Amino acid sequence: METAVFALFALLAVASAVVVVAHRNPVYATMSLVLTLFSVAVLFVLLGAPFIAALQILIYAGAILVLFLFVIMLLNIQREEAHHSGQAVQRWSAILGAAVFCGMLGMLLWRTHAAADRPLTGPLVSLKGLASELFTDYLLPFEIVGLLLLVAVVAASVVAKRPDAAPEAAVPSGAEPSEITTGAVTRETP
Amino acid sequence: MSPGLIATLAKMVVVLGFLLTVVPVMVWVERRGSAMMQDRPGPNRLGPFGLFQGLADAIKFFFKEDVTPSAVDRPMFLAAPVLALLPALTTFAVIPFGPDLVFHGRTIHLIVADADAGVLLFLALASLGVYGLVMAGYGSNNKFSLLGSIRASAQMVSYELALTLAVVAAIIPAGSFRLDDVVAYQRAHLWSFLPQILGFLVFLIASFAETNRLPFDLAEAESELIAGFHTEYSAMRFATFFMAEYISMTSLSALGVTLYFGGWSLPGVNLPAGWIGALLGFGILIAKIAFCLAVYVWVRWTFPRFRYDQLMRLGWKVLLPLAILNLLVVAALTIAGWL
Repeated sequence: METAVFALFALLAVASAVVVVAHRNPVYATMSLVLTLFSVAVLFVLLGAPFIAALQILIYAGAILVLFLFVIMLLNIQREEAHHSGQAVQRWSAILGAAVFCGMLGMLLWRTHAAADRPLTGPLVSLKGLASELFTDYLLPFEIVGLLLLVAVVAASVVAKRPDAAPEAAVPSGAEPSEITTGAVTRETP
Repeated sequence: MSPGLIATLAKMVVVLGFLLTVVPVMVWVERRGSAMMQDRPGPNRLGPFGLFQGLADAIKFFFKEDVTPSAVDRPMFLAAPVLALLPALTTFAVIPFGPDLVFHGRTIHLIVADADAGVLLFLALASLGVYGLVMAGYGSNNKFSLLGSIRASAQMVSYELALTLAVVAAIIPAGSFRLDDVVAYQRAHLWSFLPQILGFLVFLIASFAETNRLPFDLAEAESELIAGFHTEYSAMRFATFFMAEYISMTSLSALGVTLYFGGWSLPGVNLPAGWIGALLGFGILIAKIAFCLAVYVWVRWTFPRFRYDQLMRLGWKVLLPLAILNLLVVAALTIAGWL
């Protein structure tokens, strides 16, 4: 039964990933990405790492992609026009990305083909193991990532704050972007 | 089939049966409750106290014409109600609903998915609920629906933060993401809502926002947006959104009582072993959930709707700092050994 579940969700992950790239409508592409992430989360559960699966859904599918959809619907991005695609920059970056991906995949297969069936359930992917690793051996990188995120948050609120707004029209400082922009959509939605 | 699989299936049947029974009962409670608060009789004709009204409503929804407007984005429009219902139905899987049951020499944990990351799985699945709303709004090709779903996406992401931080604080003293351990901790000590009253209030307020209930039902807001994200839905598809709302209220209440009010246990009471204990445990949990659901109804018919900017201000400037404060206090108290 596990094999059947694996086959189903592996297929689903790959198929929906193809849709993400191929579909012209950004909302469909985003929803396919949700499906991809969910399928990969199911694969994590099958590998005995429900913690990673929960994080994957909670962070990516549950928060980040909701914001993607929010922005897409807010800006009212329509289907992609034909002449937008196929630019030289896009083509070269696509080739480069594909080469890097193939290289990584090759490395992975080459390195693990001796111990291919080692399960993921080590102390590393358990809740306690991951937490103690993060707060002992990898404390410095962890703190640096935290600092980086803080910088990003500060930058986002600086960008979101409109400097020329009149005092009574000004949004409260440090407000969420969504608070400002939801006012805008009422005017712009056709 | 292995006995383990049969036990899991049986538990799924119990949980799903409970969740689906809640909906018609809650429809009745909501309608009678609102009538009581507005000093009118409410539906009182069908059966004793109008109890069969929920049944009549369900039959009506099944037989009404199911209209699909011609301009909708069909796949999105049709998938949205299902996507709204699925997360609501699955989250209850990580809630323990009774003491261990010994059956033919096998110990059965009364919890559908006894995963290490229990609470996280709940939050992860619950966070997927917003896609149903967003797809409904986008697929309907209607400006009111779109506005509703844009509001829903921003609101749910905002309040999820406060909710998650409150939940994390609630499980720190127990030292485990497993809700069984949280219940065990509260049986050994005292119910968490006493030391964590701040976190509980944040959880309560955020859960109203997460389920789109009245002080925060900006995604529907019938006086501004007709019916918000489900404006274009009719018949059973509309009823599916309705069910999703009540079932996610039930699941979130179950999480709340498990985190803060001891789950299926009562302080100082040792439930008897075997079937009687299991049934009593489930009954206690249901009673607590019923109380929470009554609070939902009570609040809905008491408070007016927030304005959108007020909603965002409350979420980001009041609830989130309070949740962080609560988290720090609880962490400090736990390290000091007071909790």
